[in-house]
Amino acid sequence: MIHIAKRKEMPLPQALAIRLGAIVAALVACGVITAIATGLNPVDVYAAMVKGAFGTPRKVWILLQELAILLCVSLALTPAFRMRFWNLGGEGQILVGGLAAASCMIILGNRLPNALLIPLMFVSSACAGALWALLPALFKARWNTNETLFTLMMNYVATQLVAFFVIVWEVPKGSGNIGIINQSTEAGWLPQVGGYKYLLNILLVAILTVIMHIYLAYSKHGYEISVVGESPNTARYVGIKVEKVIVRTLLLSGAICGFAGLLLVGGTAHTITTTIAGGRGFTAVMVAWLAKFNPITMVASSLLLVFMSCGAGEISTAFGLNHSFGDILTGIILFFIIGCEFFITYRIVFSKKEGERDV
Amino acid sequence: MENSISRRSFLGAGFTGAAALALAACGGNDNGGETPTDGGETPEAGMKVGLICLHDENSTYDLNFINAFKEAMATLGIADGDSMIKTNIPEGQECYDAAAELADAGCAVIFADSFGHEDYMIQAAKEFPEVQFCHATGTKAHTEGLANYHNAFASIYEGRFLAGVAAGMKLQEMVEAGTIAADEAKMGYVGAFTYAEVVSGYTSFYLGAKSIVPEVTMDVTFTGSWYDETAEKEGANKLIGGGCVLISQHADSMGAPTACENAGVPNVSYNGSTLDACPNTFIVSSRINWAPYYEYAVNTAKGGGAIDADWTGTLGTGSVMLTDVNEAVAAAGTVDKIAEVRAGLESGSVHVFDTAAFTVNGQTLTSYLADVDTDADYTPDTEVIADGYFHESEFRSAPYFDLQIDGINLLDTAF
Repeated sequence: MIHIAKRKEMPLPQALAIRLGAIVAALVACGVITAIATGLNPVDVYAAMVKGAFGTPRKVWILLQELAILLCVSLALTPAFRMRFWNLGGEGQILVGGLAAASCMIILGNRLPNALLIPLMFVSSACAGALWALLPALFKARWNTNETLFTLMMNYVATQLVAFFVIVWEVPKGSGNIGIINQSTEAGWLPQVGGYKYLLNILLVAILTVIMHIYLAYSKHGYEISVVGESPNTARYVGIKVEKVIVRTLLLSGAICGFAGLLLVGGTAHTITTTIAGGRGFTAVMVAWLAKFNPITMVASSLLLVFMSCGAGEISTAFGLNHSFGDILTGIILFFIIGCEFFITYRIVFSKKEGERDV
Repeated sequence: MENSISRRSFLGAGFTGAAALALAACGGNDNGGETPTDGGETPEAGMKVGLICLHDENSTYDLNFINAFKEAMATLGIADGDSMIKTNIPEGQECYDAAAELADAGCAVIFADSFGHEDYMIQAAKEFPEVQFCHATGTKAHTEGLANYHNAFASIYEGRFLAGVAAGMKLQEMVEAGTIAADEAKMGYVGAFTYAEVVSGYTSFYLGAKSIVPEVTMDVTFTGSWYDETAEKEGANKLIGGGCVLISQHADSMGAPTACENAGVPNVSYNGSTLDACPNTFIVSSRINWAPYYEYAVNTAKGGGAIDADWTGTLGTGSVMLTDVNEAVAAAGTVDKIAEVRAGLESGSVHVFDTAAFTVNGQTLTSYLADVDTDADYTPDTEVIADGYFHESEFRSAPYFDLQIDGINLLDTAF
């Protein structure tokens, strides 16, 4: 007979070997499916994916920029997740943060110098994101409402709010398109560092990653978050004000999502659309889980997802495959990577046949 | 959480390594991505051409561009490896990135297909002065003053006028057969947004029908999206419920045609034939054929000439096309009538926006200032009525007819 038993801590080399094995198995499975479904040589397809992600300096910059934004959102969700507060409202928090930044750029673009405007955008984006997370947090803290549904529904409100303001600010009237904001004056555009378009975003998120790691691992707040996540009752028993921790942590989570919106609107796109978050609020959930809510490991898991998405774009261009095919490969690889954690956490025990005969 | 530290091991080690490599790759190049490094840039060898699409083949709009692009590349003898299509590119920074990547890869001409791509194409055009950027449906090329940035459109209002003639023929047949009374000749139109591109489209369609049935009226509803199957279907159902006996649309999903097929109401389609899905209601469809523009732009770039800042395809250039008429649904004589009106349009004896054919608030227009030069305040800047008709798509390629004429009733203008 077979039964499943929980392992004790697995030695590092063995855990590494299992994960490596999972990646190899995933690549083989993808290869077989690629060969059957498209008739292409899987090695060529993999080569194209690597080329799509790292092929030219520009592709590397784009990859790092995408990595930075996705990582930023993942970092935002992490404190909430560690507290077992399932913030699925990242998408909406990014959107309102972006909307706040865009409104500063549009309304105050010609009235304030950048030295005042940009700090104002930082503050308003963070506040907008924080507000969007605060509402579900207050309800959770006061009345123990379901935060998953509440944060999810806030996404739709945010989308509609952005859709409304797109109609207010569209050019020309009736086109549903704002276009690049302040293209001639560049008012409210985040400055470029050393002539590199995306470097500032990347640096800001790198700093944020370190800060978040320190905050969660070494600060009193981080410890309180962990205790509340493990057991709210224990937390209450040791004198932690659970409601306060929930609200404080969600303010932080929302503010960082809003900050991601600012990076998108003020840093790169310089416009606002209902799709600017691009599903990152949800992808970040996977990033955070894959990394087991560790900010440093999240660099790796976001790189994996961004690499897969850049690669998917490249194979659709290079081989004329539909974009969905890249998504299928991504799905298979994630399946193997997540699946292998099962074998690291548990072991399958085969009862000895001989033993059965003995009985 | 007690074992979370030990678990980061693999992903941490493996992928931060890759990140370090990536950073090293960046650091190696001082220009951070301004130098093409593909090695494929030999001007004498095959010319490379790129296309940026908002969606992929599943959108009828993008499919129309992709098919035309492939056709034109085949005609021009450009190898598959030298023509690159980037699909699912949003109207944001991604468009600039895609354009810059195509330029890096050695493309000499880069096309984009969506209105919202325009600003990002301009941004890329400024950075790559040696590459030609051609943007379909945009409005800014004639005021931007960039030698390598161009707009293109087609006189699709002529195609819609002809489709409207087919609609008028069908209405006339219904009136003569006694199916509807003459004062019940009301059409419905599902539009995406309320700006000139859509206004020009539905007005020309209406005027085409009106040229056959003078008493026709039309209700218009808007969805606020270029692709929203549910909203388009609901819009069509609302119009049918409101007494419209024939429907047309300017949005990119199968929503409206499907609603018509389900309700048994004749439909004049757009972007391509919907005959297969709607055999019992499809009459005819107009569409823009982009292949002539692609061939013109690539050939001009190849010869070192200057591509027009605004290029407007016509019936004559083969840019404005009508599908075959579905004889099973269309009124008898539709094909001949379309051919007759088409000849008139081509010879200049018929004008779509003839000021004698429509009124605004009961008045015949003798003068109108249109907003041809795009600005945030929609300032009217150009006199567009002369010689008894509204000169559409002459002062720039994208439509600027935005008048609300009598006989057309807008049910909502939220978008």
